[in-house]
Amino acid sequence: MEHWRKSLRNGLGKMFPNNLLLTITGDMGGWELFKNSLWPMMLGGIKYTIPLTFISFIIGLTIALLVALMRLSNQKILTIPARIYVSAIRGTPLLVQLYIVFFGLGDIGLTIDPFPSAVIAFSLNVGAYASEIIRASILSVPKGQWEAAQTIGMSYSQALRRIILPQATRVSIPPLSNTFISLVKDTSLASLILVTELFRKAQEIAARTYDFMLLYVEAALLYWTICFLLSIVQDRIENRLDRHVSR
Amino acid sequence: MFLSVKGLAKAFGELEVLKHIDLTIKKGNIVTIIGPSGSGKTTLLRCLNALEIPNKGVFSFEDGFTVDFEQKVSKNKIAELRRKSGMVFQAYHLFPHKTALENVTEGPIIVQKRTKQEVIPFAESLLQKVGLEDKMDLYPHQLSGGQQQRVGIARALAIQPELMLFDEPTSALDPELVGEVLKVIKDLAKEGWTMAIVTHELKFAEQVSDIVLFMENGYVVEQGPPEQVLKNPKEERTRQFIQRIINP
Ligand SMILES: Nc1ncnc2c1ncn2[C@@H]1O[C@H](COP(=O)(O)OP(=O)(O)OP(=O)(O)O)[C@@H](O)[C@H]1O
Ligand SMILES: [Mg+2]
Repeated sequence: MEHWRKSLRNGLGKMFPNNLLLTITGDMGGWELFKNSLWPMMLGGIKYTIPLTFISFIIGLTIALLVALMRLSNQKILTIPARIYVSAIRGTPLLVQLYIVFFGLGDIGLTIDPFPSAVIAFSLNVGAYASEIIRASILSVPKGQWEAAQTIGMSYSQALRRIILPQATRVSIPPLSNTFISLVKDTSLASLILVTELFRKAQEIAARTYDFMLLYVEAALLYWTICFLLSIVQDRIENRLDRHVSR
Repeated sequence: MFLSVKGLAKAFGELEVLKHIDLTIKKGNIVTIIGPSGSGKTTLLRCLNALEIPNKGVFSFEDGFTVDFEQKVSKNKIAELRRKSGMVFQAYHLFPHKTALENVTEGPIIVQKRTKQEVIPFAESLLQKVGLEDKMDLYPHQLSGGQQQRVGIARALAIQPELMLFDEPTSALDPELVGEVLKVIKDLAKEGWTMAIVTHELKFAEQVSDIVLFMENGYVVEQGPPEQVLKNPKEERTRQFIQRIINP
């Protein structure tokens, strides 16, 4: 592992010298600037944008499933907190949520680093939006499926895991993919709480060179590429799931 | 006597669907339930299976197991009640993401925790019994309605119930597919299964029933052997209902 990392670093080091950011200056020609900025931005993407997206999405989905089940229960003790949570998250800007977690909590003595702050804010955000998707997809499974599961003796959790969720998943993949792709783009907001992700890199370089158009378009192209690749993955998953269930 | 039901009542809000039902099913007997739409036939079957929880009524089984719905009924009792009966739905309700075989093995493996090695041959024999030995690996959407319903029957049989419940098992089928499903039920009758069947197929009811039960407005109006209830009913309302089915 260590060996692998070292050789990768050496290889990349030759291609992209370590102090690259400092070598980028305003005198560079357009193409040269574009090329030299590419790697720092991609590095921001690989080190922060992508992990931030994946980690937040997975934690967010877990929250979402829990909240969806709470909302579907018939106990007020569960439904009311779930509704308040969803309503509060959906009713406030993501940037404000991010600031509350990072600056707000820091202000009252609970200092959290930028990256984990971003993970908390994005997970809570995804949790609320995805819970609505999951709830709707569970409700879209015909009632007869629950009943058939019950008549063969399944408990609530067995029916949920084995019968309902696999069918709900098929329905929820397209909207959840949208949530995921939105999340990729939303992580650019983390630049405002000092996470050195893709867009923050673009800002840093732009601050040195004043080539705003070139650098921000370059950042846009990178986001677009990531989202385009993701949409291909989404199509594949949908095709796979479509094989057996035709409605 | 396999099961005796006394004073069964079920209401949905204000609507009293079952008002007072008394019913006995003998071991190995086949009870068919007929009656006009909305008379509560489906609700009765669903109560027997605890898909609906009755408001009142006492179920007593011959093995001594008793449920009194006027008291709070525990989860365990509900589970026990469900274990005793297998349900076949009008609209099949097969699991669309599982093959025919997986639909059948799901109950024994997941609920009863039996081993795969033991359950697969058992499930295959059930699918063979319903004439689907060559369709085991197909998904529900690849099967005709009659085939789907036969998988539904095999799935219900797989939990080894003591009582089989059928709610209009053929009324969602094209006429030419009705026969294959009725034949499977007749085979089960020959094997001595205890069954309660809601049906509009009077000829079939006449052939298989030990007891025919005519329901209307949440009451059992008349019950008895098919020769009586279907051919020579005592009650005027039964006669009218049968007339309407024969000469619509
Ligand atoms: N879950 C429910 N909530 C409210 N009303 C219900 C519910 N289930 C059934 N009912 C009502 O109960 C009455 C009896 O319904 P049920 O399905 O038992 O009749 P049925 O005899 O099976 O009729 P059919 O021959 O049309 O299937 C109907 O008026 C129906 O609308
Ligand atoms: Mg009915």
